[in-house]
Amino acid sequence: MTAVDGNNETRTIDLVGCTVHYRRKGAGPTLLYLHGAAGVTGWTPWMSRLAERFDVIVPDHPGFGSSDTPAWFDNIHDLAYYYLDFIKALGLHDVHLVGHSLGGWIAAEIAVRSTASLRTLTLSSAAGLRIPGVERIDVFLLAPKDVPPALFFDRKFADAMLAQPKTDEQIDLELKNGYSFARVAWQPRLYDPHLDKWLHRIDVPTSVLWGDADKLVPPEHAAEFKRLIPQATVEIFPRCGHVPQVEAPEAFVRALTTFIERNSK
Amino acid sequence: MKFFGIHLMPYTPLDPAAADLYNSAWITLPNTYFDRDEGHALYERFITELVAADAAGFDGICVNEHHQNAYGLMPIPGVIAGALAQRVKGRLAVLGRALPLVNNPLTISEEYAMLDQMCNGRLIAGFVRGIGAEYHSTGINPTESHARFHEAHDLIVQSWTRPGPFHFAGKYYDFEYVNPWPLPVQRPHPTIWIPSQGSSETIEWAAAPERKYTYLQTLSPTPVLRRYMELYKQEARKNGYEVTPDQLGWSTPMYVAKTDEQAYAEAKPHFDAFMNRFFYLTPEMLLPPGYSSAASIKMMRSKLSSAKRTMEGCIELGMFICGSPKTVRETLLARQQEIGFGNLISQFQFGTLPHDLTMRNIEYLATEVWPFLRERVAPAPEAVAS
Repeated sequence: MTAVDGNNETRTIDLVGCTVHYRRKGAGPTLLYLHGAAGVTGWTPWMSRLAERFDVIVPDHPGFGSSDTPAWFDNIHDLAYYYLDFIKALGLHDVHLVGHSLGGWIAAEIAVRSTASLRTLTLSSAAGLRIPGVERIDVFLLAPKDVPPALFFDRKFADAMLAQPKTDEQIDLELKNGYSFARVAWQPRLYDPHLDKWLHRIDVPTSVLWGDADKLVPPEHAAEFKRLIPQATVEIFPRCGHVPQVEAPEAFVRALTTFIERNSK
Repeated sequence: MKFFGIHLMPYTPLDPAAADLYNSAWITLPNTYFDRDEGHALYERFITELVAADAAGFDGICVNEHHQNAYGLMPIPGVIAGALAQRVKGRLAVLGRALPLVNNPLTISEEYAMLDQMCNGRLIAGFVRGIGAEYHSTGINPTESHARFHEAHDLIVQSWTRPGPFHFAGKYYDFEYVNPWPLPVQRPHPTIWIPSQGSSETIEWAAAPERKYTYLQTLSPTPVLRRYMELYKQEARKNGYEVTPDQLGWSTPMYVAKTDEQAYAEAKPHFDAFMNRFFYLTPEMLLPPGYSSAASIKMMRSKLSSAKRTMEGCIELGMFICGSPKTVRETLLARQQEIGFGNLISQFQFGTLPHDLTMRNIEYLATEVWPFLRERVAPAPEAVAS
């Protein structure tokens, strides 16, 4: 079914006792994008760019955005299994799975379980690993005013974000997303101590995209994913923080498009 | 009516600049500010103060649990309670153990059973969820706080009341053999108190006919105290019974000196330090995601203020009872007669209040305030565990 959410058309799927909202536009190879902890606020220009070449599917994770928070929602593994069911239920195959931050962590958890439906994997600023000695900011202790400066390299993006007043609806959505983020990422903080053991199972071409000034998940994590995933390549965006699709959208879309098209034939 | 005294055991020598520098005395204030050579004397002092309250005629003394901060040096309150068990004559209350923060609640069952045996049935077993900051400090997921609390409570009470061994199968706690030795003296289980800063969900749960636990409102402005005490009474009526005074308690800091002026002047620097240095938490520390419902967090966040709290403001709000014996007893009597609580818990030491003033405060409360109230308020019947 479809519904109109502002100027964004969303669809829903009822699966495993949970209604999940997703957006879908474009045609071509399937690109399934898994969002970060802040959720997806709408169809963005960089998504439109990708939809010129791909069939882009952007769900709100269970527990996030407009989707339900199901009773079974306990940990990151539940989200990984859910998306394997989601891919099957939508009849998707040869999927180019792209995950950012929390979504990158989910994508990695999906791929270690099964790559049967995947053509490629892209991990952008992905959480999920812990590297001894690599310090990072604890997002759960950050005051709201300190979050945007932690996300970006260029202060002007943070200032623009801070200048936007929040509606009551946005505050409710932040609380909902914050709850679900904590549900999966509070302890251990933003990683799965069992993930690194199984990353070698990922047997599809993998692209690791990262900002060189990422303070939330520092670029050492890109090198660690590359070390642990056999077919991984890394692309680092200069003067870029945790959200390349916002801070370096041209480079992000170009890197993604080049990688996916190279591996779609 | 029963009169209790509680100690938080703050790290009184805390460098005032440290808490400002780290924005709070919780979670990330480096423990390099803790002077290992000060600790022993502090514990000696604080235990002496609790023993003095018992000797002066308080009906009971209370300890409590907090983790990784300068606010309270009792991460394991049972250690202090154990040190007190043979030294005090009155009730011994642990207010309380933070159930969700442990991965094996049977250790709390065992600790309370040992204490109840050691003090021969004088234990009051407090159960709390812990402060939001403690979910950062212990790594327990705050989104599981309520569910873990209820499950741990069920496990502990069953461990005291159901013949062992039995299998307890919960979502968070699963034990093939529940069979603790010793069991507590009190039957069917020790008196249970539920301290809280205010939660309708907690009151609904505590007032259920199968529990009827004493609900203790802590450090709250008078309208908040009034609202939650009234809520407990309404909840009891909904359940078909009238609340008894022993089911209601109020805990708040108090300070008595010869005159109002003297009490204000002596308490001010120490009370201001308590509120602003020891008890300041950022909203992210106090209200982690899921610790309360989204609606409650939204409401509480809107009320939180980073403005410093003053002693005068707290007195005005009814959160601090301070003055001459006459002022204090009349304030407390008026509050008791309006609200009807049967347990009054005085925090007789706060912030940096030094030993001599603490001892004099205890003496004033025991000799000038409690007797006046005892004459005018009927004693609360001993709580009967359900």
